[in-house]
Amino acid sequence: MDWHQLWTIISLPDNIPIVGMLFIIPFFTWFGLRQAFANDRLLAKLEADPKLARTHHRKTQPFQKGWARELPVWPYLMRMEFLAVVIVTFILMVWSITLDAPLEEPANPSLTMNPSKAPWYFLGLQEMLVYFDPWIAGVVMPTLIIIGLIVIPYIDENPLGNGYYTYKQRKFAIWTFISGFIILWCSMIVIGTLIRGPGWMWFWPGMTWDHNRLIFEINRDLHEIIGITSQPWIGIFGGLVVGGFVTAAGYGCHRLIIATEFTRKILGRMSLLQYAILQVLLIIMLALPVKILARLLFRIKYVWVTPWFNV
Amino acid sequence: MAVSKKAATKSTPSATNGSNGSRQLLGLTVDPQEIKQKALMDLKAIKQPTKTEVYKSIFRVKHDQTARSRTLGVLSNVFLHLHPARVNRDAVRFSFTWGMGGISFYLFWVLTWTGVLLMFYYHPTKVQAFRDILYLEHDVPFGKLLRNMHRWAAHAMVLTVQLHMFRVFLTGSYKKPRQFNWSVGVILLVLTLLLSFTGYLLPDDQLGFWAVTVGTNMARATPMLGHEGPFGPQFGMTPFNDVRFALLGGSIVDANALLRAYIWHCIAIPGFAATFMIVHFWRVRKDGGISGPNRIMLESEIKPLRR
Ligand code: HEM
Repeated sequence: MDWHQLWTIISLPDNIPIVGMLFIIPFFTWFGLRQAFANDRLLAKLEADPKLARTHHRKTQPFQKGWARELPVWPYLMRMEFLAVVIVTFILMVWSITLDAPLEEPANPSLTMNPSKAPWYFLGLQEMLVYFDPWIAGVVMPTLIIIGLIVIPYIDENPLGNGYYTYKQRKFAIWTFISGFIILWCSMIVIGTLIRGPGWMWFWPGMTWDHNRLIFEINRDLHEIIGITSQPWIGIFGGLVVGGFVTAAGYGCHRLIIATEFTRKILGRMSLLQYAILQVLLIIMLALPVKILARLLFRIKYVWVTPWFNV
Repeated sequence: MAVSKKAATKSTPSATNGSNGSRQLLGLTVDPQEIKQKALMDLKAIKQPTKTEVYKSIFRVKHDQTARSRTLGVLSNVFLHLHPARVNRDAVRFSFTWGMGGISFYLFWVLTWTGVLLMFYYHPTKVQAFRDILYLEHDVPFGKLLRNMHRWAAHAMVLTVQLHMFRVFLTGSYKKPRQFNWSVGVILLVLTLLLSFTGYLLPDDQLGFWAVTVGTNMARATPMLGHEGPFGPQFGMTPFNDVRFALLGGSIVDANALLRAYIWHCIAIPGFAATFMIVHFWRVRKDGGISGPNRIMLESEIKPLRR
């Protein structure tokens, strides 16, 4: 256990946000879901008792008698904003006085940094470079993430859970978002920052960053394992594998979409286009962990090799 | 106004003249009693600045404790009128919004101010950039604090914007009628990341240089538009005409890249971000304010879809 190495990584000023993220993201996940579960309990109560539902105020923190429903912004909201500004300024001041922004040697194209890392918020994408070619990890994926986020409101046809925390009424949406945001985005950032060392090799926390470390692992393409050697067949085989994955993943996602009576009802509200976009995004999102596992477990480099691109 | 009158009162004893209290001063008849009265009135006004004409001319509303003037006070102020006059009692609670949208905006504001101050010392040239940072760190009064604040506020903003998005998702606030504002928000998220990324190169040190090299190397692989990307060569892409070349103003990260990063970072992207923020806030208001905490809705209450 190399505590010194661990400390060097964690205490790097630029890594502070990630160390902070390790606490902040779980905290807010808990904080949000806690309110969701509180609302879900209320929902269960109201669903069991339709008569109560008709007269109930429908909030976990209801108005008290004599309370105004609305408050003047001045001073009630302004003072919250003022408080937030004071607290943020204080944190920022302490942070800036105690920790210095990093400054390395002057830029030198002939002296490569090892590891050379992107800023922390792009480390998820840089981590993806291990598993995918740059055109996928660096161009297609960011584009799809942006498009995927933008279309969320236009493909989520579930009218429940508008303006309040709930888990029960939006299980599918919440699981999808949490897999994307927390499992794929945040944890890849943490891996890229805290785990990846020289040569972008995997170093467990506490392992010494050995710059001379070599890992002999032979990554092979899927067609090599199967034993196909000449081109048109390699391409066709890869295409079939990818097509097979798309079919299987699409089928799996469809099973999830029609899993319960409620989700079927939501599906009934969706147009064909909405359904198609949802499927495409889900399948591509699912492809990431599948490819990651294929690499980590079976040392597979590409599954589809063509003269123009490799997947 | 008040000051000049007081000066006049003081100077009267030296220029006494005339009878029944009035005195002649520089050819004017002056009544000390009257002047005293006026001075007292001005003093009173100083004690209650909110009753003066000056105050009213600036704030346009009377300052008193009625609900009406509180409302008007918010509505008739450029900076406050982004707010509604009154809000849902629950919407003020931290537990619902986590305050992350507002904090992101405040951090953007901090970044703008510290950024402008940094610009006073920084030249985006290969010769000067790195030295300017050293100068800021060692010689400029509070220069180090300034640079640190700009850096850490940027990191913090990237984090708070993501948390804001997470809360908006968990509360389902992107649902009708706020779909479009979510999309505006996604653009803001992208702009925030780009702002941070373009700033990374500016110190012109090893950290920024290699981060940007790694980042822009990916642009080489853009399908069709990068010289190493799928179908790139077929589209006639070379290292000297592809997207990476356009981003860097050259085939390597050098002086032109520094200048371009500087312009994107200090002018273009902040401009876009500010514009989209205006739209974002406007839409929060137009979509009926913050989404909740709403009354929970039961599954049996879903209305059939009308298309
Ligand atoms: C520079 C970045 C951003 C700033 C300064 C900002 C600011 C704000 C503010 C001040 C609010 C009022 C409520 C609150 O504080 O939560 C708000 C609401 C909202 N924001 Fe943002 N935002 C940003 C980015 C985003 C992003 C990335 C998204 C989503 C992808 C988003 C989506 C929304 C939506 C849908 C609302 C309405 C929420 C509701 O009614 O409950 N915003 N934003």
